[in-house]
Amino acid sequence: MAGTILKAKNFNAFFGQNQVLKNINLDIMRNDVVAVMGPSGCGKTTFIRCINRMHELTPDATAEGEILVDDKNVYKMNLIVLRRKIGMVFQRPNPFPTMSIYQNAIAGYLLNGIKLTKSKKDEVVETSLKRVALWDEVKDSLHKKGTFLSGGQQQRLCIARAISLNPEILLLDEPTSALDPISTSKIEELIYELKKNYTIIIVTHNMQQAGRISDKTAFFYLGEVLEYNVTKEIFTNPKHEKTQNYITGHFG
Amino acid sequence: MTIEYRNIRNKLFKGIVIILTVICTLPLLLVLYRITKEGISAINWDFFVNLPKPVGEKGGGIANALVGSGLIILMASVFAIPLGISIGIYLSEFKKTKLAYFTLLSVDVLQGIPSIVIGIIIYLWVVKTMGHFSAVSGSIALSMMMLPAIIKSTEETLKLIPDTLKEASLSLGVPYYRTILKVILPAGITGILSGVILSVARVAGETAPLLFTAFGNPFMNTNITKPMSSLPSIIFNYAISPYEDWHKLAWGASFMLIAIILVLNIITKIAQRKWRVQF
Ligand SMILES: Nc1ncnc2c1ncn2[C@@H]1O[C@H](COP(=O)(O)OP(=O)(O)OP(=O)(O)O)[C@@H](O)[C@H]1O
Ligand SMILES: [Mg+2]
Repeated sequence: MAGTILKAKNFNAFFGQNQVLKNINLDIMRNDVVAVMGPSGCGKTTFIRCINRMHELTPDATAEGEILVDDKNVYKMNLIVLRRKIGMVFQRPNPFPTMSIYQNAIAGYLLNGIKLTKSKKDEVVETSLKRVALWDEVKDSLHKKGTFLSGGQQQRLCIARAISLNPEILLLDEPTSALDPISTSKIEELIYELKKNYTIIIVTHNMQQAGRISDKTAFFYLGEVLEYNVTKEIFTNPKHEKTQNYITGHFG
Repeated sequence: MTIEYRNIRNKLFKGIVIILTVICTLPLLLVLYRITKEGISAINWDFFVNLPKPVGEKGGGIANALVGSGLIILMASVFAIPLGISIGIYLSEFKKTKLAYFTLLSVDVLQGIPSIVIGIIIYLWVVKTMGHFSAVSGSIALSMMMLPAIIKSTEETLKLIPDTLKEASLSLGVPYYRTILKVILPAGITGILSGVILSVARVAGETAPLLFTAFGNPFMNTNITKPMSSLPSIIFNYAISPYEDWHKLAWGASFMLIAIILVLNIITKIAQRKWRVQF
């Protein structure tokens, strides 16, 4: 299914009086990997947290305008349905500390009270862990706590947790910023694999990473989208002076 | 200032701290020694299974007090634990609200109210209303004394749980109430449990509030609407009696009480080590 999966229309977001997203307009195509870049504090995290409505968890945080997923306004959708459709992976790995690796991988089912047979559970755990290339490393210690894993393994476990519910969109907020180069490259390979089945929006500060994995890049600056284009185009031929400065490392 | 001089000062400081610690611990150890010595000799089979006997008769026990204390504390826990944990959750989840502010203030004040005052209040509210002393009124008094510790430990434990955990759960589409029950509470279970056990240990020896409420009862009673015996009340009544036999029972009961509190503290320590949640 090609076509637009996510559409932001005149979207604004605020923390109290402070407007952090200004008139965002953005179309994201199905099965694209979109890199969200820009200097610190420009609103990247805020933007992706608006997509699955985590933004409104912050006291005083508000938003106006529309974000459409599959042509449906997220602010009119049932929160639970919306968040199952959109998986999220955070900057720091955050497996559930009281759960085993096995339980973490199917936490979406366990916590939502979705009943699965034992064999179905085993199957979901195995496929999810295989898709994040973690299965071989943990298959003999599935019943150890998820927090015993290394940072990179934990992050892959968190990705497995997010995709086990079969979301359509995956939001990744600097998923590799706390990881070493080897774990980072594993996760990049993984994103490349996942692209076949998911639409991925990834916040990253790493230019090479964006270049390696993304189809398109959105450049945010002070809460606005200055440029949104095919990644190669943005990197080789930026339209905007600010984008050029950022890419050449003059700030940010 | 030479290094040598500093070393001497360090040693001096360390020495003083150690001496002060010993001076403070010594009386505690002496108390424990005395209670153990006097108490253990009072403890035998009769002690656990018999009722108090009239003065002069051999083989009296405190079965009624053991059962009474157990029941009263159990009931107090049934009142205080769910309420305390709920209030603790509210305080940590909605800390910015006015209600949370006033609740926290009341909890601090409640913590500072002398137990005898709580006894009198429950006497006025419950005992007067019911028209007679009862075990349940004693439980209510004790539960009021347990609440602050449970609320505080719940609130302080939950406050330390990283927000990212809650967000991880919510981002999976898990409803808020399930997130609290299935992610946040389990992550804080050790801290909450310690608070609960320590609050039980704290009220196990409370005497004043029980004198006005559960009162005491020389017979075995399991009817919670009737007066009931308890370890502290039996210690109080027997220790001030002029009889040697009863003094012995009071020592035995004191020893039991201290043993129970010690065991509860050990359980807490073990639970904290065993179920430690690592983020
Ligand atoms: N919880 C909050 N309360 C109030 N203001 C906030 C909050 N979180 C972020 N902000 C403000 O919103 C703006 C955008 O923050 P955001 O986290 O979206 O930036 P970012 O682009 O993700 O930055 P970084 O690259 O450092 O992660 C910042 O100016 C920040 O000060
Ligand atoms: Mg950010």
